[in-house]
Amino acid sequence: MMYAYIIRRVNLLVVTLFVLTVASYGLAFLFPGDALMNLSGVVTTDPDQYAELKQKYAFDSNYVYGFFVYLGHILSGDWGISLYSGEPVLEEIARYMPATIELSSYALVLSMLIGVPVGFWAGLRFHRSIDYTIMTGSVIGFSIPVFWLALLLIIVFSLQLGWLPMSGRLSLLFDIPQRTGFILPDILLSDLPNKADALYNAALHMVLPAMSITIVTSAVVVRITRRSVADVMESDYMKAAIARGFSPAQAIMRHGIRNALLPILPQIVMQFTVLLTNAMIVELIFSWPGIGNWLLQAIYLRDYPAITGGMLAVSALVIMVTLSMDMLIRAINPLKRRDVHGTI
Amino acid sequence: MTSKARKFALLAGLSCLIGACDDYRRTGVAETGVIYCSEGDPATFNPQLDASGTTVDATSYQIYDRLLDIQAESNDLVPALATSWLVKNDGKTYVFQLRKDVAFHQTGYFTPSRNFNADDVIFSIERWRDATHPYHQVGGGSYPYFNSIGLNTLIKDVRRINGYRVEIELHRPDSSFLANLATNFSVILSAEYGDTLLQQGNPEALDSLPIGTGPFKYDQYRKGQYIRFRKHENYWGGEVQLDPLIFSITPRSSLRVAKLLTGECDAIAYPAHSELGILDQRPEIALDEKPGLNVGFWAFNTIKPPFDNPDVRRALALAIDKDTLINAVYFGSAERAKGLLPQTSWAFQGSLRDTSYNPVAARELLDKAGVPRGFQMDIWAMPVERAYNPNARRMAELIQGYLKAVDINVNIVSYEWGTFRRRLREGIHDSVLIGWSADSGDPDNFYRPLLSCSAIFSGTNRANWCNNEYDRLIDQALQYTDFEQRKLFYQLANTIIAQDMPLVPIAHAYRYHAYQSHLHNFQLNPYGGLSFAGVIKQ
Repeated sequence: MMYAYIIRRVNLLVVTLFVLTVASYGLAFLFPGDALMNLSGVVTTDPDQYAELKQKYAFDSNYVYGFFVYLGHILSGDWGISLYSGEPVLEEIARYMPATIELSSYALVLSMLIGVPVGFWAGLRFHRSIDYTIMTGSVIGFSIPVFWLALLLIIVFSLQLGWLPMSGRLSLLFDIPQRTGFILPDILLSDLPNKADALYNAALHMVLPAMSITIVTSAVVVRITRRSVADVMESDYMKAAIARGFSPAQAIMRHGIRNALLPILPQIVMQFTVLLTNAMIVELIFSWPGIGNWLLQAIYLRDYPAITGGMLAVSALVIMVTLSMDMLIRAINPLKRRDVHGTI
Repeated sequence: MTSKARKFALLAGLSCLIGACDDYRRTGVAETGVIYCSEGDPATFNPQLDASGTTVDATSYQIYDRLLDIQAESNDLVPALATSWLVKNDGKTYVFQLRKDVAFHQTGYFTPSRNFNADDVIFSIERWRDATHPYHQVGGGSYPYFNSIGLNTLIKDVRRINGYRVEIELHRPDSSFLANLATNFSVILSAEYGDTLLQQGNPEALDSLPIGTGPFKYDQYRKGQYIRFRKHENYWGGEVQLDPLIFSITPRSSLRVAKLLTGECDAIAYPAHSELGILDQRPEIALDEKPGLNVGFWAFNTIKPPFDNPDVRRALALAIDKDTLINAVYFGSAERAKGLLPQTSWAFQGSLRDTSYNPVAARELLDKAGVPRGFQMDIWAMPVERAYNPNARRMAELIQGYLKAVDINVNIVSYEWGTFRRRLREGIHDSVLIGWSADSGDPDNFYRPLLSCSAIFSGTNRANWCNNEYDRLIDQALQYTDFEQRKLFYQLANTIIAQDMPLVPIAHAYRYHAYQSHLHNFQLNPYGGLSFAGVIKQ
């Protein structure tokens, strides 16, 4: 049963990624300019080299065959060359993606750490003044545009108070060789004599970007948690538990927490896409060297191979995260095991 | 401890945690490192190939040296890689005695086996001079600065006398020749590195992985992000105090200012004139101001009627109030231009008369020239900010207002910078607001590229103005080495410009330099080009 489910899921993953590659192949023809240049990123006036490229991408054959040749290149890791930097697109993605994942995961963890307890509190005090206060805060946090919030934080904490840096993820004075792409492990792995300083510096750089995303995301987490807790508190089994003589605290500890948390997880996973979008905007404002900043720059510079490659990478990331979280939820939530159809 | 005191201690501890009690600029061993926030990516790491200020700032004085340098205060030529030089009696042959024990950079990609000698000088000059040189076509084969001033056709021969002596023979005497060898573009490359790359079949690396003799060596470059330089341990000019030197590429000017305020940049490129006030208030930030060797002007396309009529051009010059333009666009940080040359140039003519604001006289002249009321003309305003004109668009709008008063309707035209320059070269504009920053202290660097006939073809004469008498005068000026004699020719040329008015000089903008005051000895070079060689961080 479980294996069948996993196979279905993986099947869905493959189909979705296939559709995405079709889209990215199609985009190369829809973008202005030479489709061959858009695919390969090679700008050449040399007829020999052009013929070679034509052969490489099977441009003499029909589109369907051409697409499968392109798919072959994608699968073998040849994503073309960035028109702007002249470096392989896949290498660039591998360089910038970890920074985004790092920022998003810290923000997600922080949002859960803040959002879930606060939401619980509000849910337990449903429709009382503390609940209204928390909900007011949540609505404000939820409705603030993230780029405006980020700028506000910069003005207060960087420009006025001078406490925190406002750009990048580590002072450029530190020369950290890239190994994992994640800054904290990279610092620990480096042979820098002043690791503590570098870690401290990296942590400070992370505060404002992570805070901007966290404020917006945790507002949503608060709302989801509150609703779920309120539902559980209203449920018959909670009433029964209390009727049997459990104190409310005991009832919550034994039956409440797990039942309230299980429905939250899938909803929070759904927030990952929103969070990633926010992270990409925040990256631009804080000059964070992540995929969002890189992709927006590629769009600005009309770097077509990078745009298609970036699109492919970001959507693949979203799909894979959603799917793996989905499987995780099934593993811990027996109720979910019944529905066998995959969803995204 | 009372509960109040405890709360206070907790609060203090918390604020420590987020950095208020500790300086986040602290970086441990990297105390000698400096971050300079520059405005863009260099096009190449060899300034011979690209004349843009961004490329020059990042490379010319960091990686390379020249045979001679220009001293900023006195405009004198001082020895650099050449310790002494002499001009033979014919005025056409120059002999350079070269400095000994000058080491090239040792990097991960190249280890030099010998020091700098005559071969490197010959290699560096022949690369742009000799079209058959194996490196001439590498990197596109275009050497904009040398071609625009005709240096490639001026030099007849470059000869090696011995390992440390080089002779350069010219076709004709040219008193600006030495100054041209001291410009940001006349850098000395390594011949040995060139040969090695040629053997490896990778000649392009000469301009992307540079080797020079300058105070800093190339370490890493990530396009759109940063350039990292390390100090050159064996620099001939003495111990280099900074290590590493980082160019953090920050195209947005407001972001550069913000990063300077937060201390993430030690120095920044081109602070916007409108933001100078903010920087000036901060005690920890030093703001240096120097009159720049530049001129912002309004050029008329003199091949297009009715602008081919000098009366029309003079009338338009009378119709604008330069003082208001300078106040509104430069925020007062510029001096009013009377001619092409700023006051700091030795050839500046104090007695030159300036046009005054007189719309009535302007209209009379226009009537006389047969320009009807309600005449429609274009003003092209460049889309980028430059030192010589920080906001051409705004200036165009003001001029629009002034010309309205003399019954001329102005249409403001602007394109993306690359397109703008290309279309300008096609010569379809009526008039354009643009300017010029000098590359050397020599006045010829203003007169020749801006208004000589040959500069129409190299694309720097925006007025498309060609006057044989003027060309003859500026050519003659180069035959003399005595400043007073040369000055006479330039004064005559000024008279022609004032009469013919191919362009209206508007302002000589000051150059600004903003940096943290813990940087010392960080001086502005009036000819553009940025040097971190003698800078100390304390």
